[in-house]
Amino acid sequence: MSGNMNLTLKVWRQKDEKSKGKIVDYQVKGISPDMSFLEMFDVLNEDIIKKGETPIAFDHDCREGICGSCSMHINGRPHGPKSGITTCQLHMRSFKDGDTIVVEPWRAAAFPVLKDLVVDRSAFDRIIQSGGFISVNTGEAPDANAIPIPKKYADEAFDAATCIGCGACVAACKNSSAMLFVSAKISQLALLPQGEAEAKQRVESMIDQMNEEGFGACSNTGACTAECPKEISQVNIARLNREYISAKLTSDNV
Amino acid sequence: MILDSKIPAGPVAEKWGKHKFGLKLVNPANKRKYEIIVVGTGLAGASAAASLAELGYKVKAFCFQDSPRRAHSIAAQGGINAAKNYKNDGDSVYRLFYDTIKGGDYRAREGNVYRLADVSRNIIDQCVAQGVPFAREYGGYLDNRSFGGSQVSRTFYARGQTGQQLLLGAYSALSRQIAEGNVTMYARTEMLDLVMVDGVAQGIVTRDLVTGEIKSHAAHAVLLCTGGYGNVFYLSTNAQGSNVTAAWRAHKRGAYFANPCFTQIHPTCIPVSGDHQSKLTLMSESLRNDGRVWVPKAPGDKRPADQIPEAERDYFLERKYPSFGNLVPRDVASRNAKEQCDAGKGVGGSGLAVYLDFSDSVKRNGAAWVKEKYGNLFDMYAQITGEDPYKSPMRIYPAVHYTMGGLWVDYNLMTTVKGLYALGECNFSDHGANRLGASALMQGLADGYFVIPYTVGDYLATIGPKPIDATHPAFKEAENSAKDYVKKLLAINGTKTVTEYHRELGHIMWDYCGMSRSEEGLKKAKAMIQELKADFWRNVKVAGEGEELNQSLEKAGRVADFIELGELMVDDALARNESCGGHFRVEYQTADGEAQRDDENYAYVAAWEFKGEGQPEQVHKEALVYETVKLTQRSYV
Ligand SMILES: Cc1cc2nc3c(=O)[nH]c(=O)nc-3n(C[C@H](O)[C@H](O)[C@H](O)COP(=O)(O)OP(=O)(O)OC[C@H]3O[C@@H](n4cnc5c(N)ncnc54)[C@H](O)[C@@H]3O)c2cc1C
Ligand code: SF4
Ligand code: FES
Repeated sequence: MSGNMNLTLKVWRQKDEKSKGKIVDYQVKGISPDMSFLEMFDVLNEDIIKKGETPIAFDHDCREGICGSCSMHINGRPHGPKSGITTCQLHMRSFKDGDTIVVEPWRAAAFPVLKDLVVDRSAFDRIIQSGGFISVNTGEAPDANAIPIPKKYADEAFDAATCIGCGACVAACKNSSAMLFVSAKISQLALLPQGEAEAKQRVESMIDQMNEEGFGACSNTGACTAECPKEISQVNIARLNREYISAKLTSDNV
Repeated sequence: MILDSKIPAGPVAEKWGKHKFGLKLVNPANKRKYEIIVVGTGLAGASAAASLAELGYKVKAFCFQDSPRRAHSIAAQGGINAAKNYKNDGDSVYRLFYDTIKGGDYRAREGNVYRLADVSRNIIDQCVAQGVPFAREYGGYLDNRSFGGSQVSRTFYARGQTGQQLLLGAYSALSRQIAEGNVTMYARTEMLDLVMVDGVAQGIVTRDLVTGEIKSHAAHAVLLCTGGYGNVFYLSTNAQGSNVTAAWRAHKRGAYFANPCFTQIHPTCIPVSGDHQSKLTLMSESLRNDGRVWVPKAPGDKRPADQIPEAERDYFLERKYPSFGNLVPRDVASRNAKEQCDAGKGVGGSGLAVYLDFSDSVKRNGAAWVKEKYGNLFDMYAQITGEDPYKSPMRIYPAVHYTMGGLWVDYNLMTTVKGLYALGECNFSDHGANRLGASALMQGLADGYFVIPYTVGDYLATIGPKPIDATHPAFKEAENSAKDYVKKLLAINGTKTVTEYHRELGHIMWDYCGMSRSEEGLKKAKAMIQELKADFWRNVKVAGEGEELNQSLEKAGRVADFIELGELMVDDALARNESCGGHFRVEYQTADGEAQRDDENYAYVAAWEFKGEGQPEQVHKEALVYETVKLTQRSYV
């Protein structure tokens, strides 16, 4: 083994969506501080498999903080104790030998648990499908430099566009609100001239879909931004609210 | 079977235009009678699915992640090439074409590459229109940077997250088509087999990764957009789930696999820190624009970087390749780093690393400038290594990154199986023996947005809109064979885990079929892989059951396919008695250690045909014809 940290893990185990789950304790030994949190789980799972038991299911893919798959609620915080990173970017040097670590899935009515630490986040996809796009068919585009976009707006749009759709904002919010996620997409497209034509309709449909999926209301506690691995700003929620109010004021769907 | 690449005759610049005009069109009213399956929703798959749905076809799209937005394309950092020549620095479609052919060490098709360079310009337009927030200059116009293997600035980028922004653009177009009911999306669903009826692809078999249900889907055409197979090396920069299963199972059903040994080792990755490591992290090659690569001049010099005086450093790329310097192509940069480390000049604890130093750039441009350009990459480095790259130089080492090989396709992107297409990294088409940086994103989107919408129509118009008969026994047969396969894996119940086999395979591949290859080593590797395969099927332990979410089972199927692919890669590397691009055979090098091509005997694509379990595969050769570019020894001096 490559390290010398010994830890106690308390992990949520749940067979499938319908079964009831519970916390199960595991001891892991010989953990290196250079391991990522998920590599520590790999070590644990290899152990579990060797014992003939069922390994712990968890979502992951890129393991570099960009795909948004990983989603562990660690010691009460989405993506763990450090700010601005995802679970897969968390390293064991952030823990101490002898620590007890509690790991649970995202908790939200709109994100049902499928197994162990795996949740269903397809509600996010449906929100994007309801309007998180610019309606341009392949082949219709004018030259890319036809519309200059001031760097300031391009940069702000980019900041909003860095959302990885992980759902930590929802998991962090006591109301399970998806406002930060929705506002990031709304802001990105509202800041760009290409997004203007559909702006009104976009914000209305996305908010409607968000409500329909069972996400809660936003009470501006800011817990979402604090836990967001991409540090998506609250300014986006304010922009979303402005867009929504102005859309409603002039809406055709009253 | 004679391989017909279907490259149109005529001058290279006119081939695609003429070919497009010759393709049959589908009557718009008939389009919705055709069903198309798109497996994979990375850049290639999402762009294809969206574009085909916009045209009116009925599309079914599949991915194994929980959402199409998470495909491996999301991780691409550095940028995407396009011959826009916005910088007025001498770029053109012809130059991008030429750079790509040369960068690929003259093992790619002229016709395909020219088309790629040509449509590259439309890609940028399309992405900007979708709201992709590319980097801009203060005047509001698009910014560019340069990448390895080129002397012009043609790479468009979105900070260090270009792949993410391009994929989210394609995902948004796909989402719109899902909402309109033109695409049915199956996430958390894995393709296990191809359904063939009378030698024609007519559907696929899938496993629902949540319930374990195995079933089949019928369609008039099947598009594989399932990415590359770098994970055959266990450690690579690819996402954990990236795999060869879809392509491999199609290969076993008759699709030839081309140039499997052409793999790319990327020079700028974070070095391995221990045997727990599950993946390697790439530091975008764009860093080589402003960072300088060096090692100490004296072997065994273990002083910290800041105590090694300037005169005792060797900036080996700048020294050996004065005109390209740190921007030589990837294969050259990687091999040189290995050479320095082999000579005992490697840095860091393991000695398997070289420095990538930004101190000159910080001096020249200021730390803020460096942060603006590379901030997220520096943060990533700090997060992984626990060291501050603003203070001491980064340590980098080559890692497996991309696979130029893949399913053989003709100019229309059709494989050797009628009705089966391959797009993006899954095919072999455009990068020859080495891919230039920022060209994979370009190829994936070219294939999906601007090539397949034309070429698949031609095939569909030919076969006609008659519905596919999903009750044909071939569907049940393929389903049953997939079910038996799953049962077989679960029944072995041995003692070694899937990961242990995967790691072993990775070691064999890296040691003998990695950055340098020899006849002796490859022969040894072949025997080792055969042994590993036999042992796997005797002794693997797969946990859990078939009818549930079972990641151990998913992985087992993928590793089983990697083992078989590994053997074919070794065969391919053994059969290619030359060095070219990423394929470096130690027996074939020039006096100064550069790759020595043999154009007389090896200017061909090696396309391998599966001949049955346990049988040697048969190679078919497609001669590469150069009508426009003159083959020369690649030189970056
Ligand atoms: C870290 C990194 C950085 C990179 N940076 C750059 C860059 O800056 N510029 C550049 O040009 N290129 C870059 N590349 C290369 C580039 O990202 C890839 O080649 C490209 O994104 C591949 O796209 P794709 O659509 O072919 O496949 P992928 O994006 O890999 O998508 C594969 C899809 O297939 C699905 N799939 C796979 N198997 C199955 C199956 N059996 N059943 C169902 N679905 C399946 C997956 O779910 C996924 O949706 C980078 C690569 C890496 C690893
Ligand atoms: S806003 Fe932040 S926390 Fe929420 S989904 Fe996006 S990246 Fe994750
Ligand atoms: S695994 Fe991709 S963000 Fe963590």
